[in-house]
Amino acid sequence: MSNPGELEDLLRRLAPQVLAALTRHYGNFEAAEDAVQEALLAAATQWPGSGVPDRPTGWLITVASRRMTDQLRSELASRQREEKLASRTPPEELLAPAADSERLTGEDDTLTLLMLCCHPSLTPPSQIALTLRAVGGLTTAEIARAFLVPEATMAQRISRAKGRIKASGAQFHLLPEDERADRMRSVLHALYLVFNEGYTATSGAHLQRGELTGEAIRLTRTLRRLLPDDGEVAGLLALMLLTDARRLARTRPDGSLIPHAEQDRGRWNRESINEGITLITDALARTPLGPYQLQAAIAAVHAEAERAEDTDWPQIVGLYQLLERLAPNPMVTLNHAVAVAMVDGPRAGLALLEPLDCDDRLARHHRLHAVRAHLLEMAGDHQAARSGYQAAARLTTSLPEQRYLRGRAARLTTDPG
Amino acid sequence: MKYLLLIYSNPESWEHPIFLRTPEFLAMPPDERAELTRQAEELHREITESGEFVVGTALADPVTAKTIRIREGVPMATDGPYLEAKEQLAGYFVIDCDSPERAAEIAARFPDARFAAVEVRPIMDMSGQEM
Repeated sequence: MSNPGELEDLLRRLAPQVLAALTRHYGNFEAAEDAVQEALLAAATQWPGSGVPDRPTGWLITVASRRMTDQLRSELASRQREEKLASRTPPEELLAPAADSERLTGEDDTLTLLMLCCHPSLTPPSQIALTLRAVGGLTTAEIARAFLVPEATMAQRISRAKGRIKASGAQFHLLPEDERADRMRSVLHALYLVFNEGYTATSGAHLQRGELTGEAIRLTRTLRRLLPDDGEVAGLLALMLLTDARRLARTRPDGSLIPHAEQDRGRWNRESINEGITLITDALARTPLGPYQLQAAIAAVHAEAERAEDTDWPQIVGLYQLLERLAPNPMVTLNHAVAVAMVDGPRAGLALLEPLDCDDRLARHHRLHAVRAHLLEMAGDHQAARSGYQAAARLTTSLPEQRYLRGRAARLTTDPG
Repeated sequence: MKYLLLIYSNPESWEHPIFLRTPEFLAMPPDERAELTRQAEELHREITESGEFVVGTALADPVTAKTIRIREGVPMATDGPYLEAKEQLAGYFVIDCDSPERAAEIAARFPDARFAAVEVRPIMDMSGQEM
């Protein structure tokens, strides 16, 4: 394979299948996951020279199995007999479903793995780390770089996550129907968080982080292939595509943030937008409504406006009303207030913010102050708007956001209006 | 979210782990001292194993500190820390955890929080959401 990117794609695609085959065979997810990582590494070093084997999956399974038997043999001498047996099993047999298990295809395996990695006993950061490694086929070093932590920290996070799954007694099989909806929410949330980590990265120094958006989209696409009738999967994929479409337009070359309304829409990625709109239109027409679909629908309305002033705000208000009913949360209220201000004027938006002041946690959140400042600015109360922007700037822990907010405040200081 | 935890202490002699040298700790009955030491070790193990621990460093005695000031273009080095206080910065930890509440919980479990203080400072992020 001539292109290193192509090889990487191939390995990442095969990773969950190989891991699933090993886990099902040995029943030891923890060790299988390590062995697969080593096999992927071996392939990444050897294949560029030797060429991709005829049956790459079989190759990876053989190498990973050997790793695993070596490891198990050295760790657990008492189980030696069993492992010898396993090491003689040809790779093709490992790939086939065991006679007593339900029939599983390689694709169901990916879903099973995703659900295992997003086990409720793990915190979201651990779910993310494990998902990227076990399902995404990324190395610990790559994940650590993307999350700006030392490799040792990330390695601990992953090994703790695997330990927790083992301790929970979770098995490698597709969850019963009644547990799937809850787990799917965790899976989608983890993928959303991966996307967001990548999307909010602002500067060249954080390119590694930016690749997370691509990885999140890739994994969500896979999920969509497995569950074509799940409207929320479609909604999340559409939301990612519609958001990612703005990536080039959202920052200046120096990394400073450009607010949504001021972005050069010519730099929005039309291809992603069209794909996102098609996806969300189809999902809304034929599946039950959900929060990701609504957020994607809102993003689609924004994307459809040629200029910021062409935005169909009444439609956006309607969608936020639905979203507040379906999945109420203070961040939704903030965005809803902005939309209401665009339709009924800033005072109407400000009125929606009032109840949020009673929430202690939110009162210390920069977004509430930033949104209020924005609406006060619209209302012409520049002095109050300025203090709002300043309060928000003090509370944010993001350098680019702070710079943006200080800039807004400064503009109002020099502007006599 | 990443947080810097600043460990402040007022020990009788400068030696790490610093809380072992504070008068308050030394005045405790032996079983309480042992229990506190165990809790501190447990905390370090916990945040390391959970993948929340990013980096941590013990600092040398403040008598070895130099503070540099440039006034009217002239650099001046004075011996000692920037702030003259009873409690001095003894070390720091960088942790990466889920919420500000978790960061505060971890800070509260450092024995130093009982004797002097542990300050929790969020670390600024290069990432940002456009508004």
